[in-house]
Amino acid sequence: MALISILSSWLIPLFVATVLLAGWLRGVAVFDEFIEGSKEGLKVTITLLPYLVSMIIAIEILSASGALDALTNLLAPLLAWVNWPKEILPLALLRPMSNSGSLAVTADILRRFGPDSYVGLVASTMQGSTDTTLFIITVYFGAVGIKKIRHALWAGLIADLAAMLASLVFCRLLVV
Amino acid sequence: MMNLVWLLMILGGIIAAAATGQIDLVAKSIVSGGEQAITLCLALVAVLSFWMGIARVAEKAGLLRVLARLLVPFLRPFFPSLRDDDEALKHIVLNFSANLLGLGNAATPFGLKAMRAMQDKNSDPDTATDAMCTLLVLNTAGMTFIPSSVIALRAASGSQDPTATVAITLLAGVVATSTGLVADYLFRRLRHRVAKRGKHKWH
Repeated sequence: MALISILSSWLIPLFVATVLLAGWLRGVAVFDEFIEGSKEGLKVTITLLPYLVSMIIAIEILSASGALDALTNLLAPLLAWVNWPKEILPLALLRPMSNSGSLAVTADILRRFGPDSYVGLVASTMQGSTDTTLFIITVYFGAVGIKKIRHALWAGLIADLAAMLASLVFCRLLVV
Repeated sequence: MMNLVWLLMILGGIIAAAATGQIDLVAKSIVSGGEQAITLCLALVAVLSFWMGIARVAEKAGLLRVLARLLVPFLRPFFPSLRDDDEALKHIVLNFSANLLGLGNAATPFGLKAMRAMQDKNSDPDTATDAMCTLLVLNTAGMTFIPSSVIALRAASGSQDPTATVAITLLAGVVATSTGLVADYLFRRLRHRVAKRGKHKWH
């Protein structure tokens, strides 16, 4: 889909230009604030490092030993039935549980299959279009002491599943 | 939760390696996995720093407030139990706008303020209200214009086009959010119907 990739390549430059221009027009010291903000990048990466190390090592052991293949092969018939690439399964399982953990799985998928392959595109879209349902529920309800969460978990997981299925469909449009 | 998942991953891997007679792979994987994580972090720093910088300028320019004002009419109908001038509603819209702009760090404080405002008026403080569940759905569906960490990851792994998935990520986010909202609405209707029928039986 030419339109989608044109949209993608314009979205970022337009966003950056709008933000900087709006900031400048409103009298923001754009360069100074940019520098101030980008210091956060280092902090975020350092917080991420232990998560990446722990998850990537775990995945590495799982896949080198053949356990990951065995698990995905076990579920392969079910996944094939919905046209779901089995390489994505570990990501789909981990995404609702841990943001940094699933980021590590995405990194691993991109490295193994290439970021521009169908699987790589699906993994990128899936990681970007959903959030960590279980973590958000824990933080938000925990902060105000709610014990009965009613249907919040189910509605959240249904939204996750919808994002994953949409990623599969939209990425297919992107590669043909 | 993650403790158990991680434990199972490591133990499962070690057991599988032992069972297939390649136990030496475990030690090798620990070294090579660690190396990969470090390389990845180095590549991540640059792109993430850029987006954090842009996010800061966006915040200082007041883009969050502008976007929030534009979004009120769209979000209003999903929170029928809140009054128009409700403080919670203001925070909900700011929370959603911050998520949309990729300002994850700004989104959480607004979300928690909204939760607290709704909890103050909750007649049953142990149980989530309708509006709380809807806010949670908006957050777990994670709709965003700029998936900055994914762009950074794609760039780090040598993609020809790191931003290729930006538009479809937004589209998939729209699908997820709408599906979540429909599910939330149906669950709510179901509960109210059950509650009504229950009352009928008792009276």
